[in-house]
Amino acid sequence: MSSFLGSSLTKKIVMAFAGLFLIMFLLVHLGLNLFLLSDDPGPFNKAAHFMASNPVIKIFELVLMGGFLLHILWGVILQIQNWLARPVRYKKMAETQISFFSKYMIYTGGIILIFLIIHFVNFYFVKLGLVEGDHENFYGMAHELFQLPGYVVFYLVALLILGFHLNHAFQSAFQTLGLNHETYTPCIKFVGLAYSIVVPAGYAVIPLIIYFVK
Amino acid sequence: MRVKLKIWRQKDANSKGAFVNYDFDGASPEMSFLEMLDALNTRLIEKGEDPIAFDSDCREGICGACGMYINGYPHGPVKGITTCHLSMRYFKDGQNIVVEPWRSKAFPVIRDLIVDRNSFDKIQVAGGFISTNVGSAPDSHAIPVIKEKSDHSFDSAICIGCGACVAACKNASAMLFVSAKVSQYAQIPQGKIEAKERVEAMIQKMDELGFGNCTNTGACEAQCPKEISVINIARMNREFYVAKIS
Ligand code: FES
Repeated sequence: MSSFLGSSLTKKIVMAFAGLFLIMFLLVHLGLNLFLLSDDPGPFNKAAHFMASNPVIKIFELVLMGGFLLHILWGVILQIQNWLARPVRYKKMAETQISFFSKYMIYTGGIILIFLIIHFVNFYFVKLGLVEGDHENFYGMAHELFQLPGYVVFYLVALLILGFHLNHAFQSAFQTLGLNHETYTPCIKFVGLAYSIVVPAGYAVIPLIIYFVK
Repeated sequence: MRVKLKIWRQKDANSKGAFVNYDFDGASPEMSFLEMLDALNTRLIEKGEDPIAFDSDCREGICGACGMYINGYPHGPVKGITTCHLSMRYFKDGQNIVVEPWRSKAFPVIRDLIVDRNSFDKIQVAGGFISTNVGSAPDSHAIPVIKEKSDHSFDSAICIGCGACVAACKNASAMLFVSAKVSQYAQIPQGKIEAKERVEAMIQKMDELGFGNCTNTGACEAQCPKEISVINIARMNREFYVAKIS
């Protein structure tokens, strides 16, 4: 059993499952965020309240935090091992035909983590009562933030980076889980590409509309 | 033909190495890269200098002994060939060429361009075999094998263990090599008996030896002189999970 838990492949499968779980969560979160576009704060605040108080969601929240922690922790550990595996670097390295964004996963991941921490301070910590704010009016808080040009730019850049991360993540998770098939893998790659564009774009539309139109 | 070479020179495993420049005008387009190095070495010996140490054996792309990192690519810039098959006509007259050994913690440099690839042997010893009765040759059709499976097994078995996958991978991961060796047995009945133990033992050995972890960049497949597919890696992952849960 210890050979199973300690194996590099086990760490990777944890990365893949946690990653796929986070990918699903992004869609749920996007669904909620779209309520921000409504002129009435009611629906969004009600949804946020439901997410904060429903006991089933509470369990889901724990799983989600676990998913984040595992994905980040194993990601960092695997990356450190990978750096150690090549103590002397090459003098000249050419571009090889590889999935472009796969080379920068640790860096794009790091930027997403910074975004996540700021996002937590802005909203999640308010909900927990660690930071001051009206946790019954996340709608108002989000609208306020999206009036700040600096914040909007930061938000959009973070989403672009998220798109880069997702671009490699989706298909890579399937490969790690052992799913590589002549017919299905091109479909998986296509879905991954589409997801990495459509979902960040979906998030990006919200601050743009609030800033420029409202 | 003239080439400006920048070659890694290192006396032994414990010495510090450095790049040395060689402006060599004795090459010709029909030479292989190794023949060009032979010619350069002859010249160095005539001058009383140490020749450049590099590995080679068959010089026809089947043994996997040769291998150096040429201008940023394992086995040079041409797809699907080994260094011994790399012809000088792929280079321009007067071109700068940087030649380095494989860089990986698991492949320490022994001298100049020669690295110790014993790690691959250790992985093979851990599980890259089948048990069978020795003696006279078995009947050719005693064990029926589906043609498609035997073809796929052969596609994996053509891995020559040169280490280019490790050299190419940004993580110095050996997953393509190990997966090819696991896959060649996994697809035919002869390999099924020890399938579970094999995949577990080989992966455990690979981890122990300090190779990096695969992040599915696909650089190995792109640089493999035998064009082994990363489908093998997915297959090995499946084999591993099945071995662990069954
Ligand atoms: S010398 Fe045998 S493969 Fe190059």
